[in-house]
Amino acid sequence: MLKIEQRTEPSKVMLYATPLLALILTILSGFFLFTLMGKDPLQATKMFFFEPLTSFYNISELMVKAAPLILIGLGLSAGFKAGVWNIGAEGQFTIGAIAGSAVALYFYEMEGFYILPLMCLAGMLGGMAWAAIPALLRTRFNTNEILVSLMLVYVSTLLLNVLVHGPMKDPEGMNFPQSRLFSDSALLPLLMEDGRAHIGFVVALIFVGIAWVIQERHIIGFQIKVSGQADGAAKYAGFSSKKLVWMTFLFSGGLAGLAGIFEAAGPVGQLVPALPVGYGFTAIIVAFLGRLNPVGILLGGLLMALTYIGGENAQISLNLPSATTSVFQGLLLFFLLATDILINYQIKWLSVAKPSVKSN
Amino acid sequence: MELFTSIFVGIIIAATPLVFAAIGEVVVERSGVLNLGVEGMIIIGALAGFAFTVETGSFSLGVIASMVAGAAMAFLFAVLTQSLMTNQVATGLALTMFGLGLSALLGQGYSGKSVPTFPKVDIPYLSDLPFIGDLFFKFDILVYLSIALVIGVLWFFEKTRTGLTVRAIGDNHHAAHSIGYSVKKYRYLTIMFGGACAGIGGAYLSLVLTPLWVENMSSGRGWIALALVVFGAWQPVRAMLGAYLFGGITILQLHSQGFGITIDPQLLSMLPYLATIVVLVLISRETVKSKMRSPACLGTPFYASQ
Repeated sequence: MLKIEQRTEPSKVMLYATPLLALILTILSGFFLFTLMGKDPLQATKMFFFEPLTSFYNISELMVKAAPLILIGLGLSAGFKAGVWNIGAEGQFTIGAIAGSAVALYFYEMEGFYILPLMCLAGMLGGMAWAAIPALLRTRFNTNEILVSLMLVYVSTLLLNVLVHGPMKDPEGMNFPQSRLFSDSALLPLLMEDGRAHIGFVVALIFVGIAWVIQERHIIGFQIKVSGQADGAAKYAGFSSKKLVWMTFLFSGGLAGLAGIFEAAGPVGQLVPALPVGYGFTAIIVAFLGRLNPVGILLGGLLMALTYIGGENAQISLNLPSATTSVFQGLLLFFLLATDILINYQIKWLSVAKPSVKSN
Repeated sequence: MELFTSIFVGIIIAATPLVFAAIGEVVVERSGVLNLGVEGMIIIGALAGFAFTVETGSFSLGVIASMVAGAAMAFLFAVLTQSLMTNQVATGLALTMFGLGLSALLGQGYSGKSVPTFPKVDIPYLSDLPFIGDLFFKFDILVYLSIALVIGVLWFFEKTRTGLTVRAIGDNHHAAHSIGYSVKKYRYLTIMFGGACAGIGGAYLSLVLTPLWVENMSSGRGWIALALVVFGAWQPVRAMLGAYLFGGITILQLHSQGFGITIDPQLLSMLPYLATIVVLVLISRETVKSKMRSPACLGTPFYASQ
């Protein structure tokens, strides 16, 4: 018989082993899913999880997709750790892209080294402003931040649509709902001659370092940890919970906004209605996958990017629907949460004692 | 008169998916569980209801399928949160993401297909009454079912012993456990009931409100339903009235051009979401009161040490 028993101390081994276990379980269910869909499971699994690493082009695409996931995941993890649930990173991403693009269009056909930094600044401020709404409502009126930040995702998508159909529409674009193509000074420098990998990936790596320092060496990181694990102790120590809500929301909103303008000024090169593709939601998985730890998030972001590219490749060559990727991502999060139990609890086999007297 | 009737009927129809989903979640939350996966359960219910109706030609089978599908999704949530003690917020989010992805994957063959018009009831005499008949007695059966559900849940919580037990579990699971109630068993049941309700709400979307299958067609209704539970202070009737208020906003948006309002329709589409935020702020301003009304154990996992 199975019995679940609480551990006296969380298991360190399990903390790092469970993400791997979850990944293996996801791949196994992928096998099952592919077979159900009538595809060769071995080939499809290879296509999804290994093929993306085999070509130079794919690796550069991996960086394109990983950059926003890592940036947003880092921001969100700070909040999640403190028990502040910013679920609306997708909206902050969109507003960041809009704000940064507004700067790019304002300086259209002008040259200057200052344009790109200004765009990034505008993107971050845009994301922060959008994140400030749930932060304000939570701290002023105690309004649930999950629902508010999520509602704002829908609002931001509609706002993007209004803008690309109206004020930000390309005047020479045959009435297509999209902005002008950014001029050269407003485009992110590429990392390599070939492919679309851009400087945003390097910025994401820098932020991994910054986030690590904050978490391990700074008093704010400590306050976040304590507030998430023992709210009472945090209050007793005099940590302001309002300040934490503000800080984590502004941090995550700013990084999501930065990811948004990177997407517009990087691989896309203009503002289009289809710009938000769900990185803000996938980054939630990335944050959990990475155990809310900056280095873990780097790895989690790369892994999630892998499934995006694997999904795209499988769509083209195996005719698999694009939704397969989101099913995998959802499954991965399920398995990750489910295997978490191994950290705080032990599963024991109880040998059921056989009745000594045989009943006749 | 005719405009009034069509607006009234439109509000009720637009609100019915929200009524189903919100009432289900009221029951779940009263038992102390926060399931943020309503959106995922609605969309799976919408697909199951549509697909089964297309395949079998029977609306009844479609509606039943949507309930089963919603409950199955909820079962997944229950296993994770109740047996494996996962974080309810994260698990609910995962359920939503998984539901949206899975429905898009399985629903591929169904976009572009159509179902016949969902039948309206025809009650002898009542439906023929002038004006009153048009207002109240010409809906489809699911609208009446949703109202019956609200009354049933109200009765369940106020008048039955089991309802009292569920409330006790939501307010203090340790106490309920110590006097011998199985917290887990009750919560499994409420969670699955909530899933079945969300599923039928989804079926109402894809069979009645917009008889089509479109990816992501729930467009945030699950989240609005969650907000309605807070708005309704965990009371079934208040949650239902909240849903009708939202139906009103949706209809206002549809009829705005008729009223001579010339605002970009995309801007008007923001209304339900903005209204949700405004409502949440108004409700949560009374911090002390709203905290008293919410189930005390909401969202906290339960582990029986013996």
